[in-house]
Amino acid sequence: MFDYSMSELTAIFAMQGFAGLILFSVFLLMALGLAIIFGQMGVINMAHGEFMILGAYVTYLTSNLFAEYAPGLFDGYFFVAIVLAFLASALLGMLVEWSMIRFLYQRPLDTLLATWGLSLVLQQAYRSIFGAREVGVVIPDWLTGSYPVTDIVELPVSGIFVMVLAVGVTLAVALLMFRSRWGCQVRAVVQNRPMAGAVGINTARVDRLTFALGCGIAGIAGSAFTMIGSTGPSSGQLYIVDTFLVVVFGGAASLLGTVASAFGISQAQSTLEFFLGGSMAKVLTLMVVVLILMVRPQGLFALKVRR
Amino acid sequence: MTSRHSRISPPPARGWQRLKALAAGLMLSASAQAAVPATDEVNTTGLAVTDDAVQVGILHSVTGTMAISEAGSVQAEILAIEQINAMGGVLGRQIEYVQEDGASDWPTFAERSRKLLRQDNVAAVFGCWTSASRKAVLPIFEQYNGMLYYPTFYEGLEQSPNVIYTGQEATQQILAGLDWVAREKGAETFYLLGSDYIWPRTSNKIARKHIEDVLGLEVVGEDYFPLGHTQFNSAINRIRLKKPDVIYAIIVGGSNVAFYRQLEAAGIDLTEDDVTLLTISVTEDEILGIGGDNIEGAYAAMKYFQSLDNANNQAFVDAFKARWGEDSVIGDVTQAAYLGPWLWKAAVEKAGSFDVDRVREASIGLELDTAPEGYVRVHENHHLWSRTRIGRAGADGQYQVVHETAELMEPDPFPEGYQ
Amino acid sequence: MFRTTFMTRHDLLGFAVLAVLLLLVLPLSLDVFRLNLVGKYLTYAFVAVGLVLCWGCGGILSLGQGVFYGLGGYALAMFLKLESSDPESTRIQSTPGIPDFMDWNQLTELPWFWEPFQSLGFSLLAVLLVPTLFAYLIGVAMFKRRVGGVYFAIITQAIAAILTILIIGQQGYTGGVNGITDLRTLLGWNIRTDFASYVFYFVCVGLLFVCLLVAQFIRRSKLGRILLAMREQEDRVRFSGYDVAGFKIFVFCVGAAFAAIGGAMFTLQEGFMSPSFVGIVPSIEMVIFCAVGGRLSLLGAVYGALLVNLAKTVFGESFPELWLFAMGLLFIGVVMAFPNGLAGLYQQFLGDRVARWLDQLGRPSRSQAPVALEGGAQ
Repeated sequence: MFDYSMSELTAIFAMQGFAGLILFSVFLLMALGLAIIFGQMGVINMAHGEFMILGAYVTYLTSNLFAEYAPGLFDGYFFVAIVLAFLASALLGMLVEWSMIRFLYQRPLDTLLATWGLSLVLQQAYRSIFGAREVGVVIPDWLTGSYPVTDIVELPVSGIFVMVLAVGVTLAVALLMFRSRWGCQVRAVVQNRPMAGAVGINTARVDRLTFALGCGIAGIAGSAFTMIGSTGPSSGQLYIVDTFLVVVFGGAASLLGTVASAFGISQAQSTLEFFLGGSMAKVLTLMVVVLILMVRPQGLFALKVRR
Repeated sequence: MTSRHSRISPPPARGWQRLKALAAGLMLSASAQAAVPATDEVNTTGLAVTDDAVQVGILHSVTGTMAISEAGSVQAEILAIEQINAMGGVLGRQIEYVQEDGASDWPTFAERSRKLLRQDNVAAVFGCWTSASRKAVLPIFEQYNGMLYYPTFYEGLEQSPNVIYTGQEATQQILAGLDWVAREKGAETFYLLGSDYIWPRTSNKIARKHIEDVLGLEVVGEDYFPLGHTQFNSAINRIRLKKPDVIYAIIVGGSNVAFYRQLEAAGIDLTEDDVTLLTISVTEDEILGIGGDNIEGAYAAMKYFQSLDNANNQAFVDAFKARWGEDSVIGDVTQAAYLGPWLWKAAVEKAGSFDVDRVREASIGLELDTAPEGYVRVHENHHLWSRTRIGRAGADGQYQVVHETAELMEPDPFPEGYQ
Repeated sequence: MFRTTFMTRHDLLGFAVLAVLLLLVLPLSLDVFRLNLVGKYLTYAFVAVGLVLCWGCGGILSLGQGVFYGLGGYALAMFLKLESSDPESTRIQSTPGIPDFMDWNQLTELPWFWEPFQSLGFSLLAVLLVPTLFAYLIGVAMFKRRVGGVYFAIITQAIAAILTILIIGQQGYTGGVNGITDLRTLLGWNIRTDFASYVFYFVCVGLLFVCLLVAQFIRRSKLGRILLAMREQEDRVRFSGYDVAGFKIFVFCVGAAFAAIGGAMFTLQEGFMSPSFVGIVPSIEMVIFCAVGGRLSLLGAVYGALLVNLAKTVFGESFPELWLFAMGLLFIGVVMAFPNGLAGLYQQFLGDRVARWLDQLGRPSRSQAPVALEGGAQ
C-alpha cells in the first residue's frame, strides 16, 4: 500500500470504487429477487442462481435469433432479451411456486432442501440442453469499449449499462412495493398473514406473484450478467452464498437494507481486493459479514414484524 | 453396471471409411502381424486380457464443472482406440474400454480408479485432467501397479513410475514462451496472473525465476483469484497502473470468459502492440466459451494448435471431425490425450506383453512420428520430448503459429534453480 | 428396567440387525474393494447420525457439517502426512523433511501449527477437540443470541464457503485444492494394504456403534425430550426455566464431534483428505443422507447414507448424467412426499407388525432374539 504515490492512490480508490460499483450492481440485481422472496415470503430459494442462469440462457438464445433473422436490429436485441429473460424466469417461478413451494410455506428448512434439489435438476437440464460448455453472448458494439475519464481511469460502457439497469430495476421494485395496490397487499401479507386474508386479500395469489416477481428479477440479473461473465450450467451456484449473505446482512425484509448491504459488501470486497488479492479479500469480507451477523443477527435494517 | 461403449453411437458410414483408411495409413506394420501370441504369455499379472480382447479404462469427468474441459480428451481417446481397433488392435486383440465418470470430484476419481484397477483389472487407464484428480489417484496406481496416461499440461514436480505424462510439464511450456516474448517483443516488465491453485502458482514461480534470474527482466505484479472468480476489475486496474509489457495469464475454466471480456471492456486491446498477453492455459477449447473476438490478438505457448500444418495433423483433424462432428475444436490437451492410446499400443508391441512392468520398460525411449504435433519421444522421466509453439489467437477462435522451437524441448519436471 | 428407558426392544432389534448386517453379512459377501466402499459410505453415516440429533431432534439445520468432517479429516491427515514426509523419502525436495506441497510453495520450515501434529496423541485429540471447539464457538455466538432456523442454516453455509476458500487459498499450509494426499503409513504400518482396509472397516463400524449408542442415550435421556420440546415450542421451554441455548450448543457440538470422527475415518480408509468435503455442496448432500433415512431415526440415517451413496456409485458408473436428475428429484421427493424418509415408511408398513410380533416373541423367552434378527432384516 505504501509503494503508491498519493495521486496514484486517489486513482486507485476511484477505479476500485467504480469496480465496486459494478460488483454492487450485480449483487443488487441478484439480491433484489432474493430479498423479495426471502424477505417478504420467508422462503429460502436455493435455486435462485439457476433462475438467474435461465435469464442468461434466454439472452443467449435471443442474441442468436437476432443474429440469424434480424441482423439489422441486433443493436437493440438486449432490451428484448431482458424482457424475455424476465418473462421466462417469472413463468418458471410461477410453475415452481404452484407445484412445490406452496406446500412448504410452514416448513422453511424443507423449502431450502427442495429448492436445492430443484437447482440440481435445473443444472443438469441446462447441461443436457445447452451443453456443458460455457456459452458467450455477442455484445452489440455500442456496449463494448470504455469511456475515458482521466488517462488512468476508464469506465467500461457495459459496466455503466449494468449499473443503470440495476438502479432502474430497484426503483421499479420500490415503486411497485410502496406505491402500488399490489405492493400494499404484499406488505400486508408479510406483516400479518391471517389478518390480510381476513380483509379479503387473496394471499395465495399474492404469494404466487411475489415469487414470480422475485424469479423474474433473477432473470434480468442473468441477462445483465452475460455482459460480464460466462454462462454455464453451474455458474449460478457460485453466487448463491454471496447473495444470501447480502440479503441477510441487509435485514431480510428491508429493501433499503438490501441496497445498503450490497453496496457495503461490494465496496469492501473491491477495495480489499486491490491490496490483498482475490482470495483473501473474499475471505475477509465474508468473515466480517458473518461476525457482524453474529453480533447483530437481525441484519442492518430490521423490520419489526409480528410472526 | 459399467458402460462399455454405451456412449458411442456407430459412426456415420462415410466417416467410418475415412477413419479406417486413415488408421491403415497411420501404422502399416500392425496388420502385418500374422500370429497372435498366446494370452498367458502376454499377460502374466492377471489383467483383463482374453484371446481376442484387452480392456483399458477411460477416467474423466463427464459431469460437474470439469466436464466441459475433459470432454475433448474422452473423444480423442475413444477415437484413438477405434482407429487402433480398425487396424487390427494391439497384439491381435481388440481394445475394449470401460469408461468411468470422475464427476469433477477428487474422491470420486480415487474411488473409480480403484474400481478400474481392482475390479476391472484394466491394462492401462487413460484419464484425469486436473492435478488434484491426478494426485488423488496416484497412490492407488502405485499401490496396484497400474498405468495412467495423463494428458494435461501441468506443474511438474512429479515423476511417478506409474504415469506417462503426455502433456507438457511447466518448464517446457513456460521457458520457450518467455524467451520468445523477451526476444521478439522486447518485453521488459511482466505481470503474472493465475487461478489460485498449484499449477498456476508453480508455473508463475518458474516464470518469475526465469524472468528475473535468466532473462534479467522485471516482474511488476502477481495476482491470484479463486477458481470461478468473475470480477477482474481490480486486477485490471492494477495492470493499468503498472503498465507491464507482458500480461502472463494462467487463468482456468469459466473465469477466462469474464477475464478477457473485462479486459476488452477496460480498453486493453490485445491486437495493439503496446501490450502482449501470453497465456499457457487457453486452448482452442476454452476460446469457444470466451468468444474469438474477445481474445483476438492474445498469444499462447503450447505444444499443439489445431491449425498446425502437417500431414499427421491434417489426418487427425479430419478424423476427429468425421467422428465427433464438424464443429469440434481440438486443443492442446485433446491432442495429448490422443497420444495416450497410441503410445501404449507402441509400448505393448515393443514389449510383446501387456504386463505393466514390461510396458513401462518398453515406454522409455519410445518414438512416435505419427503424432499430430509431429515427432515425439518418451524421456526416461516418463514425460515427452516435444516442441513448444507460440500461437496468436484470431477472431475465428483458431491460433496461428508464429513461432516454433527449433529443437525438441527436454522435459524437466524437477528443474534445477527454478524451485 | 434399564432397557425400557435406554432402548426399547424394538430399538434393540434394529441395532442388532444393523450390527449383523455391517459385521457379518457385508464383510462375508463383499470383496475387499466393495467393502472399502461401504466403509467410506459409513464415514458419512457419522455425519448423518449427528444431523439426526441436531436437525431431527433439535430443529437446528446446519449446512456446514462438511466443515467438521473436513476438520476431523485434516487433523488426522496432517499427522499422517508428517509421518510420510521424513527426510529420507523427501530428499528430492529443496527442504527435505517437510510435506511436499509446502516445498512446492517455497516454505522452508514447518509452520508452527503443524508442529504438534507430529504426535499421534495430540492429533487424535485434535480430531475430536478442534471441530467441537469450533462448533462451540459458533454455537455460543449464534444460539445465545437466539439465531436459529434459516438464519443459522445460511450462516453455517457461509462458514463452509469461507473455510473452503481459505483452505484452497492458503495452499502452502493446507495443500490447497489438491488436499493432503499420498498418506502411506500409520506409526510405520502400511495403511494401503487389503488387511489394513479390513481393519479400518471394522474400526469404522465399531466407532459408528459407539456414536449410535451415545446418540441413543441422548435421545432417550431427559435432554433428548427437552430437545424435542424445544423444536416444537422453543419459547415455552425457555419460559419453563430451561437454558435453551445451552442445550442447542451441546447437541450441535455432539454433531460436530461425530462428523469429525467420520472425517478422520475417511482419511484413514482413503489415504487422503481434500477440501472438496468442506464446501457447500457436500455439506448439503450430507443432509440428504439424513433426510432419506428419516430425520428422526438414528438407524435410518445409517441406512440413508449407505443407500444414497450406493445409488450414487451405481448410477454414477452407468448413467452419470442421470445421477444429478435422480439426486435432485430425491431431494424434492423426500421433502414433499416422505418427510420422514425410510424410517417413516418402515413405521407405516412394518413397524406395528414387528412390534406386535416382538411382544409375542419376547414373552416366552428372550434367547430367541437371533432368530428374530433374520426376519427383521428383510
